[in-house]
Amino acid sequence: MEEKVIVCKDLTKQFGDFCAVDKISFDVSKGEIFGFLGANGAGKTTAMRILCGLSYPSSGEATVAGFSVKNQQESIKKNIGYMSQKFSLYENLSIRENIEFFGGVYGVSRKDIRERSDNLIQDLGLQKEANKLVGGLPLGWKQKLAFSVAIFHRPKIVFLDEPTGGVDPVTRRQFWDMIYDASASGITIFVTTHYMDEAEYCNRISVMVDGKMEALDSPANLKKQYATDSMDEAFYKLARGARRSGD
Amino acid sequence: MRNLGFLLQKEFRQIFRDKTILAMMLALPIIQLMILPWAMNLDIKNINLSIVDNDHSSYSQQLITRIGSSGYFRIISADRSYKEALVHIENGSSDLIMELPAGFERNLVREGKQNIGISIDAINGSKASIGGAYLASVISDFNADLAINQMEAPDYKTTPMGFMEINFSNWYNPLAEYKYFFVPGVLVLLLTMIGGFMTALNIVREKEVGTIEQINVTPIKKWEFILGKLIPFWIIGMIVFTIGLLVIRAVYGISSVGSLPLLYIVAGTYMIALLGFGLLVSTFCDSQVQAMFVAFFFILIFILMSGLFTAVQSMPHWARIISVLTPVSHFIKIMRMIMLKGSGFPDILIELGYIFSFALVLNGWAIWNYRKTS
Amino acid sequence: MKELWVFIRKEFKQVFRDPRTLLIMFGLPVAQIVLFGFALTSEVKNIDILIADNAKDIMSMQITDKIRANSYFIVQEKNIGGADIDRKFKEGSVQAVLIFPTGFSNDLMHEGKAGVQIITDGTDPNTAKTIENYLTNIISNYQREKFPSASLRYQILTEPRMLYNEEDNGSMNFIPGVMALILMLVCTALTSVSIVKEKELGTMEILLVSPFKPVMVLVAKAVPYFILSVINFTFILLLSVFLLHINIKGSVLLLYLESALFILTCLSLGLLISNATNAQQTALLISMMGMMLPTIILTGFIFPLENMPWILRTISNLVPSKWYFLIIKSVMLKGLGFQYVWKETLILVIMTTVLLTIALKKFKIRLQ
Repeated sequence: MEEKVIVCKDLTKQFGDFCAVDKISFDVSKGEIFGFLGANGAGKTTAMRILCGLSYPSSGEATVAGFSVKNQQESIKKNIGYMSQKFSLYENLSIRENIEFFGGVYGVSRKDIRERSDNLIQDLGLQKEANKLVGGLPLGWKQKLAFSVAIFHRPKIVFLDEPTGGVDPVTRRQFWDMIYDASASGITIFVTTHYMDEAEYCNRISVMVDGKMEALDSPANLKKQYATDSMDEAFYKLARGARRSGD
Repeated sequence: MRNLGFLLQKEFRQIFRDKTILAMMLALPIIQLMILPWAMNLDIKNINLSIVDNDHSSYSQQLITRIGSSGYFRIISADRSYKEALVHIENGSSDLIMELPAGFERNLVREGKQNIGISIDAINGSKASIGGAYLASVISDFNADLAINQMEAPDYKTTPMGFMEINFSNWYNPLAEYKYFFVPGVLVLLLTMIGGFMTALNIVREKEVGTIEQINVTPIKKWEFILGKLIPFWIIGMIVFTIGLLVIRAVYGISSVGSLPLLYIVAGTYMIALLGFGLLVSTFCDSQVQAMFVAFFFILIFILMSGLFTAVQSMPHWARIISVLTPVSHFIKIMRMIMLKGSGFPDILIELGYIFSFALVLNGWAIWNYRKTS
Repeated sequence: MKELWVFIRKEFKQVFRDPRTLLIMFGLPVAQIVLFGFALTSEVKNIDILIADNAKDIMSMQITDKIRANSYFIVQEKNIGGADIDRKFKEGSVQAVLIFPTGFSNDLMHEGKAGVQIITDGTDPNTAKTIENYLTNIISNYQREKFPSASLRYQILTEPRMLYNEEDNGSMNFIPGVMALILMLVCTALTSVSIVKEKELGTMEILLVSPFKPVMVLVAKAVPYFILSVINFTFILLLSVFLLHINIKGSVLLLYLESALFILTCLSLGLLISNATNAQQTALLISMMGMMLPTIILTGFIFPLENMPWILRTISNLVPSKWYFLIIKSVMLKGLGFQYVWKETLILVIMTTVLLTIALKKFKIRLQ
């Protein structure tokens, strides 16, 4: 039995009358690459924010790395990494300074910070830019850097919210290589996206439609289920009844 | 604690990297401190006077000469009628009109009483009304010195019955120089703006850009984050305060009569209160524009009701309560008390108590409001 | 033209999308003006005076009563000496001390004169002077009543008339200045972020590739704020008239036109600031924090401009609110017509033109 790092049961989030996340239940095993799909406005980001400890659930339960999202958010945060849609590094700090800061607040020792950041900078090929401000970097590098910073402290799980927005296909491919590497080293990947081709890269995916989870399976199975060769088609068949659009 | 170290490292790096913000926080206040107080002068002088002399007698001549030589007034016109004189008031070239009726001298001698009309441009605020009071007192002196009065009541000047001699003295400011009054206050205002605006903007900026979410998802504790924001700006505030005191000494020649360490303790507490205010504003606002306008609303109220520009004591009761509820008025009071009068700790205890309570309440509320999870 | 209209509509929508910000931007200034109208005064009231009556005879007590009866004073009585007086001043519990010497009435009756000592806290020179004036008046009035022979045989009486403010409305003193101040700061700040925001968000590119002429962009950005500010000004006027009982003596139309012009000047200044900086933070700090004190002081509604050193007087000529302040005083409170304010109006027109031109130039440069 694989260790479950995320367990979700009837998780719900309401904003007044509006039900953003409607009783979703699923779990994620250690080391999985779990894709969290859905159209804009389907509730993906809201659900993810609850799992990250950024938002309280209205009802239902979930545990992340063994800690409850209802009252153990701080413990959750010690064990996860996060990369938001905006990449959220400090634009007016250099690459090294960003790494130093985030590594430090996650408890990595100064010695380790130095070692690991040297390696990281080398791996990304950013030696010449190491002391330049992040704000001046091209989008693709920012994105890879943000991901590296998110897993710098070797968290159990890393949450990625639409991490590949606006970058070219080559960079996206390279990015997913990085994700594979992380997964191979034991980090569980929880990624939201609306790029259907990326869905193929995941071990399992779920599809949210209007706040509800309408599908939960491996890409292969889903394609079989909807009798199609492309995830695009499968998704379209699933989601075309959706009423909400736009985040 | 460790996180606090990393936070401070990041904050200082960011602050020093942004030269414009640094300039706003250091250079701008100091420049304003050096320049603006020179403009703050409430002396009433060069009161512009238009005279309508319908009498053209020797008395009216004497009176006019006397007024002219009093030093307070500038007789800018001699008009033939009140209507003509009014034009000067309308176009702002004159603050007062004095009108001497026809037959002034003759009627004064015959009937023992005469009226001189003084018209004051009430829109011109204190200058005109105080000017009117000066004019009345020059006229009254002229009245007393009139030969007819001297002759008729020879006793008046030598042994007047019940003449009360008033002896005025002005303590702590023998030359009645305005700078003693205003300069410490201006420094307080500048500090207020730094403390109030900067933290509010800074934190809301992180909200807008998204880096606050990144912070909220880390194990950084709430108090660590807040301290990480307060400490750098507190230090900058104290630096500005120190430079400010040096500037005050160098440019205005004012140095503190009272204890400097005491002054610093108060300034330090005050900064904490103001930073707490900025922090509190930031918890309520989502955008920099909002934060700015909200902070502006309160800070302008703080400034205008602080007692620096207008006396708090003269305000209506409810307004005085508002003034008491602003931290600025208390600090300005303390600044004056310590710097100019040399007041000691027991004297400022109450005011310091106010500031301390503000620091506690504002920061406490802000901390309570700030949510890592929403 | 049609494209411009579309653009303006889009700007409007963006502004209205955020009701909270709208309320803050426009509601707060109105509240401020009312607050200050009621609270600020240049009069001196509620004076804490300590009377040290060493005589405690008829006349000293009568004078004390007169002072007590005067609504401007709050009287404390105590017999204290020099060091204690210093203490009281330092505590801040008194602003003035009046000392009657022992044998006060005696001296008056038998020697014909007596001295009275008044000590004021000079840290606030203006208040000190005013307190001295008040006390002098009370004492001389008493003297005149008590000793009519001490008054003059031939009396010149003066009856001061307060022009334009017969009703002695205290708000008149500060409202025009506060209006000029708040309109200036708020309107400048409103537009100061308009262009910078687009730069920060990255939507500037869209504007730059559009067929819009640069001047249309600036105009479209200013229009919603212009209209909202004029509406806001209306609220301010209504509140001034009905709550603060200020009569608009002059032409309301002229007042509106002048105010609209002034708002335009401020919006132009904001646009210029917006063009000159790259971060919202900087723009806001300049237009609010940087401009606050200089505007308060150099508009001339608290400190007389003629008292300032000539450098500062010259600089104050560059401050738009100074001219608007003069215009409001003349039109709203004195009821004067355009012929009295054409000079100030012209200056505002020139300022607006210059500011807009520079803003446009800078904007065009950015396009290159």
